[in-house]
Amino acid sequence: MSGKSRRDFLKSTALIGAGVTGLSSTAKAGPKNILSEDRMGVLVDTTVCVGCRNCEWACKDAHNLPAGNLDSYEDRKVLETKRRPDHTTLTVVNEYSPGKNSNLPLDVKVQCMHCDHPACVSACIVGAFEKHENGTVTWDTDMCIGCRYCMAACPFQVPAFEYEKALNPMIMKCDFCFERTKDGKLPACVNICPAEALTYGTRTELVKIARDRIKRNPDRYVDHIFGEYEVGGTSWMYLANKDFVELDFPKLGQKPAPGVSESIQHGIFAYFVPPVSLYALLGGIMWISKRRKELDEEIK
Amino acid sequence: MNHELHNPVPIKHKYFTPGVFVLIIIALNGLVFLMGRFFFGLGAVTNLNNQYPWGLWIGVDVAAGVALAAGGFTTAALGHIMHKDEYHAIIRPALLTAALGYTFVAMGVFVDIGRWYFIWHPLVMWNGNSALFEVGICVMIYLTVLYIEFLPIVTERFIGKVNLPGFFSGLNKIVDKVLRLLDRGLSKTMFIFIIAGVVLSSLHQSSLGTLMIIAGPKMHPLWQTPVLPLLFLLSAVAVGFPMVIFESLIASRSLKLKSEMHILSKLGSMIAPLLGIYLAFKIGDMFIRETFVYLGEFNTASIMFTIEMLFGVIIPLRMFLSPKVLKSPPLLFTASALVVFGVLLNRINNFIVAYTPPYSTESYFPSFGEISVSVGFVAMLVLAYRFIVMNFPVISLPGKQIAPQSKYTIRGVK
Repeated sequence: MSGKSRRDFLKSTALIGAGVTGLSSTAKAGPKNILSEDRMGVLVDTTVCVGCRNCEWACKDAHNLPAGNLDSYEDRKVLETKRRPDHTTLTVVNEYSPGKNSNLPLDVKVQCMHCDHPACVSACIVGAFEKHENGTVTWDTDMCIGCRYCMAACPFQVPAFEYEKALNPMIMKCDFCFERTKDGKLPACVNICPAEALTYGTRTELVKIARDRIKRNPDRYVDHIFGEYEVGGTSWMYLANKDFVELDFPKLGQKPAPGVSESIQHGIFAYFVPPVSLYALLGGIMWISKRRKELDEEIK
Repeated sequence: MNHELHNPVPIKHKYFTPGVFVLIIIALNGLVFLMGRFFFGLGAVTNLNNQYPWGLWIGVDVAAGVALAAGGFTTAALGHIMHKDEYHAIIRPALLTAALGYTFVAMGVFVDIGRWYFIWHPLVMWNGNSALFEVGICVMIYLTVLYIEFLPIVTERFIGKVNLPGFFSGLNKIVDKVLRLLDRGLSKTMFIFIIAGVVLSSLHQSSLGTLMIIAGPKMHPLWQTPVLPLLFLLSAVAVGFPMVIFESLIASRSLKLKSEMHILSKLGSMIAPLLGIYLAFKIGDMFIRETFVYLGEFNTASIMFTIEMLFGVIIPLRMFLSPKVLKSPPLLFTASALVVFGVLLNRINNFIVAYTPPYSTESYFPSFGEISVSVGFVAMLVLAYRFIVMNFPVISLPGKQIAPQSKYTIRGVK
């Protein structure tokens, strides 16, 4: 019996293995260097931002969301409440009281951070999220089943869900203008920013620029580039003249968000060895206890 | 051996009682809100939002549902794998609960996901990094295994009794033959499925614990720990037997049967060590990560944690150690119900209470619609259980005749 079951088992494991390789080769077109030196990012200098919210309008305009009139964004009353990106607005600007050596309010643009090691990509049950070579994290509407695990996983609580839609609700988040940057255009928000608070460039370059700015103006900035190391690094990085916790940034460690869960997951499933061993162990126990039982009855 | 203990028959009893009518009303109320969810979207029925993407349906219907269906694999391990024949009488009821439980878990997932018509996607779109993918695939396979394990009960019911109405009666002989063939094939291969069921259960019970690890600091440190998968597995193993006792005592009361105390007491005596192991790991983890400092604070998290540990683990553990409790049906029932409550609360705590998103303005509490659907599912499950035990040989009546050759043993070993 044990020989037969082992054979069956090897067969089925081989089949599963073949399935895995077959599937992964069709689903993804070869290995990708998602942490390439050329991956892009944006440096947000919150001390420069004036809170004009033109980026909000440009973002909606670029993503075919109802954007309204650009003039209506001049109303600064909106800044009195703290907002979060949602399915109608993929980026928002919030205003905070002035930081050190300044009497100007501090404005912080919020959107997807496009992590180097994104929790959403790791968590998604069907792999609908993808980290691209240019740094962008995108979501695929044709795959998503709407389980919202990405939202539970995201350390920045960014992905939004269309709760009011009965059919085809979408996960909405900044896509770093993937369609625009593909054609060599700037992301819509960077393109429109009149104050040049947003700098688009390779992530490596941006870190250098940020360091340089802090070094040259130590009075103007706190010595912290948010996103340089947080959760393993993000494509969007921030400079400010105030502790980032006061600007509603989450307090995060330097380890990538998916690190622990992935190592547990891969530990339990290391080449299917643990499940197969458990199967063999249980089969052995079953056989032995059965045998012992029969011996007992023979003695009687 | 005590083969006379294993004599499953369809239970003869009236289906409709006042209690059943109440359950039907609760189930219908749930269905009304379910229709709302499918016609107007999740937002119309639930209190979920971008801060709280997961609520009652994931915490209770799915996570707690999977844990409380653990009776299926724990009794299968005890009865079939360790070959303790004296427990065979409880295996079928536990198997039925597991099969129904997982069916409703699948339904819970189906109504909770935004795009229910894509529920088959994980079968062809794989993400090996995702704990949820692992849970999803394992639950799908295990549900199939449970149905296969249940098939012999169906064949046993109909072999020699196939009686199709009118026009189809000509097919009676053929159907009977197919059933016999199926039965023969199943009894030869059943051990494969039984072992697979235990392996699959261990895998997804633990992976369910991995789910919230990725939420990192968004989860309260009293629950967030890298050993969550182990804690989930240990608590699922510990709740298996209490759940069997719990439902067995309810079923025998409701169906006016003599309760199987001789088996249940023995089963109960195994619970204390299992709970003890879970408690040891839970406390060990607490001291290693020094999270006991959070118990000094007076807030929802610390209160819920204390209730969970005290009433769900420590008190029932003490009760199961007492021989008096093991012999008294009401006390045994109370102790088992406490463990069931403890695990239910633990899953709620892990998925809802511990989850504190960074930008929430108000905390989540399930809406009336969410509660209606969850309670409605439980009512439907009980109604289905009642219907099946009245029409299929699931529950054993003591002392009537020798049981048929016990199934699911390894054939070919003499």
